[in-house]
Amino acid sequence: MPTKVEKDHLTGTDTTGHEWDGLRELNTPLPKWWLYVFYATIAFSAVWMIVYPSLPIWGVRGTSGWVAREALAPQLEAQRARQEPMLARIRALTPAQVAADPELRAFALAGGRIAFANNCAACHGAGGQGAVGGFPSLADDEWIWGGSFDAIQHTIRHGIRNAEDDDARTSQMPAYAAMLTPAQIGDVAEYVLSLSNRGTDAAAAGRGRETFNEQCAACHAPNGHGVPEQGGPNLADQIWLYGGDKASVMRQVANPRMGVMPAWAGRLDPATITMLAVFVHALGGGEQ
Amino acid sequence: MSKVETTERLKPPAASPPAASPAAPLYANRTKVYPRQVSGPVRRAKWAVLILCLGLYYTVPLIRWDRGPNLPDQAVLVDMTSARLFFFWIEIWPQEVYYLTGLLVLAAIGLFAATSLFGRVWCGFACPQTVWTDLFMWVERRIQGDRNARMRLDQHPWTREWLVKKAATHAAWLGIAMATGGAWIMYFNDALEMTPRFFTGGASPEVYFFFWMFTATTYLLAGWAREQVCTYMCPWPRFQAAMLDENSLVVTYRGWRGEPRGKAKADGVGDCVDCRACVNVCPTGIDIRDGQQLECIGCGLCIDACDDVMGRLGRERGLIAFETLANLARSEAAAKPLRPGPGRHACGMAARTPPRFLRPRTFVYAGVLGAVVAVMLGAWLLRDTLDLAVIRERAPLYVRLSDGAVRNAYALKLVNKTHEAERFALVLDGPRGLALLVQDAATDAEGRPLLATRPDGITQWRALVTAPAGLRLAESSPVTFRLVDPRTGRAVESTASVFLGPKP
Repeated sequence: MPTKVEKDHLTGTDTTGHEWDGLRELNTPLPKWWLYVFYATIAFSAVWMIVYPSLPIWGVRGTSGWVAREALAPQLEAQRARQEPMLARIRALTPAQVAADPELRAFALAGGRIAFANNCAACHGAGGQGAVGGFPSLADDEWIWGGSFDAIQHTIRHGIRNAEDDDARTSQMPAYAAMLTPAQIGDVAEYVLSLSNRGTDAAAAGRGRETFNEQCAACHAPNGHGVPEQGGPNLADQIWLYGGDKASVMRQVANPRMGVMPAWAGRLDPATITMLAVFVHALGGGEQ
Repeated sequence: MSKVETTERLKPPAASPPAASPAAPLYANRTKVYPRQVSGPVRRAKWAVLILCLGLYYTVPLIRWDRGPNLPDQAVLVDMTSARLFFFWIEIWPQEVYYLTGLLVLAAIGLFAATSLFGRVWCGFACPQTVWTDLFMWVERRIQGDRNARMRLDQHPWTREWLVKKAATHAAWLGIAMATGGAWIMYFNDALEMTPRFFTGGASPEVYFFFWMFTATTYLLAGWAREQVCTYMCPWPRFQAAMLDENSLVVTYRGWRGEPRGKAKADGVGDCVDCRACVNVCPTGIDIRDGQQLECIGCGLCIDACDDVMGRLGRERGLIAFETLANLARSEAAAKPLRPGPGRHACGMAARTPPRFLRPRTFVYAGVLGAVVAVMLGAWLLRDTLDLAVIRERAPLYVRLSDGAVRNAYALKLVNKTHEAERFALVLDGPRGLALLVQDAATDAEGRPLLATRPDGITQWRALVTAPAGLRLAESSPVTFRLVDPRTGRAVESTASVFLGPKP
C-alpha cells in the first residue's frame, strides 16, 4: 500500500497516505481509547479460544471444559421429567383410551409425530404415504394387518416377518412360478385385475377365476377382499403395494416379494408405541 | 459557507515537500470538552424537549390500562412470553410486526423531512445521546461548577476536592443510568409487578442483564463518550448532508457581517469580537465560524451565547443564527462591497428572502410520508381479528383410498385476535361432490364441522377432503374454505387453497 502522506489543500489536513483507485482519505485521528478497545477485543478472543472449545482439534475442550452437548443434556433431562407424568398416564392406557381423552390425544399426536419422523418415515414416508414396492401407505384406508388401534399397536410392537420377535406378524405367499404355467399366471393376473375393474380380457379372467379359487382364495378370500387376520391383502381395491398393472401382478404371483418390519417393542418405550398407534390411526385411515 | 473565512482557511500549498513533514498519527488523545453554561431561547427549547422526552421515557410504563381479566393492565408493554405488543387499545401479534416496520419507516422519512427543513434538529434536540448527555452535563455543572471551575479542578487531580466532586458526579450519573436501565426493562415487564421482584432478586437473569446493559451504555455514552458518539460512531452525520440543501435552516455564522474579527472598539472590523463564547458553549467543542462541519450537531447553543454577547455590546443579535445557505450567499453578495458597520449589516439582512419550505424535496418527503401513513392506516382499519390459515399437507400430495376415491388433507389454523371464544361452521366451496371432514370437530344440524376458537389464541384442526371415486376432477382444482357464523349464516372469513389429484 502506498504511504505517501500529503497535505490536503482545501482543509489543510494530512491524508492518511492510503490510496484506493485515486481515492485518498483525510486523516482525522480517532481517539486512542478506540484503538485500545480494538486491542482488548483481540486479547479477549485469545482468552476465549483458550477457555472455550474453539480450536478445531479433536479432543481439545478448552480449559473451562464446557461442551455444548453436555450443556444440553440436563435441559433434555428436565424436558423428559416434565413429560413423564403424561407419559406415565399414556403407558397405563390403551391407544383407544388415549385417543378418547382430548388432552392425552393432543399430547400423543404431537409425540407420535416426532417418533414417526424419527423411526417410521424412512420406509413409510414423512406423511405415512408409503411407497410402491412394499412400503404400505398408512394414510389410506387399506390395512393388511388391520387398522384398529389394537391391531396397529400390535404391528408396531412386534413387527412383520422378522426373526427377532415370536409374535411378529407372519404370512407367506408361495412362489407360483414353480407351480403354475406362465399362461395360468397371466390368466390369474387378469382375473385379479378384473376384481377392481381393471381387466381387459374377460376370457382370460374367466379362466383365471378357477385357478384363483383353487390357489389364492384361502388367504385372499374367494371374492379377493383379503383376510387381515392372516395378512392376506385385499386384491379387489384400488391400492397396489407392488404395482397395479398386469406385468407387476404377474411378477408378484410368480415370485412374490414380501416386506418386513422390525419389532419396536424392545426399541421404543411402550408410551411411545402407544402414541405412534394413536398418530398412525389419525393419519386418515384408522378403523374402530 | 462564508467566502470571507473560506479564503482565510484556504492555505497556499505547502512549500516543503510532503515527504519531509512527519506523518500525523492515526490516533490521538481526545481533547476533553468543557462546555460553558448558557441561557437563551434555544437553551430553553432544549430543556423543554429534554423534560418532555425523559419524562415520557421514565413514566410511560407506569400508565395503567384496564384490559380485563388475565391480561396485562400496563398501557405500553412488549410482552415477550406471550408474544404480544400492547399499546393502549392496540394489541399486536408477532406476525403483525410490519406495523412496527411501518413506524420505523415513518420515523426515517420524518427524520429526512425534518432535516431538509430545519437541518439537524434531531441531533441537536431530540436524539437520546444528546438528551442524556445534556442531563449528565447539567449534573456535572451542578456539582463541579461551570467551565472554568471544571478546568481548574482537572488541572489538579487527586486532591480532596477533586475526589469528592468526581465521586459525587459519577454517583449521580450512575443513579441516572440505573434509572434508565430500570425504566427500559419496565417496557418488557409489568412495572408494578416487576419492581418488587427486581429489588428482591427474584427477576430473571435476562432482566438483570438488560438492566445492567442499559445502565452501562447510558453511563459510558452520556458520561464519558459524549460528542465522540456523534463524531466517530454515528452514521447519521455522514449522510445527513444528502438531505440538506441550500434552503435548509442550519446553524450558521454570518461571516459577511462578523469578518474581519476584531476588538469591539477597533475601527473597520466586523461584528465578531472573537470572544470565543460560541466555542466555549459548544458541546462538541468546535468553532461554528469554520462553517458547516460534520461535528456540528445543530443544537444552536452558540446562537444563545453569541446573542448574549451582541446584546451586551448593543449590537444586532443574530450573528450566529438558524439561516439558510442560500440567504447567506445573498447577504454575502450584497454586503461584500461595503465597509463594516451598521450599513453593511442592514444591506446584508435586506438581501435575504424568506426561507423556501415548499420545495420539490420537501414535497417528495411529504408525499412518501403521506403514502406510508395511508398504507398503515388502511392496513390497521382493515385488520382482521379472525384469520383462517389453510396449509395443504404435501406429503403425500393426495391419498388414493381403497374404493378409488382421492383424499387431500389440510392443516387449519384458526387465529382469533379477540378476547372471546366463538364457534364457526366450516364450509367448503369447490367442485360438487367433495366431502369435508374435520377430525375431532363436532358437527351442527346440517352436518357442517363446527370449529371453536380460543380467546386471543390459535386453534388447530386437520381437515380431510375426499373426492369420491368416479368424480372426474382436474389435476388441481381450486377450493375455498369458508367460516360461517352459525347465528347469522354469514361468511366471516374465507381462505383459498387447491385440491390435488392424479392426472385425469
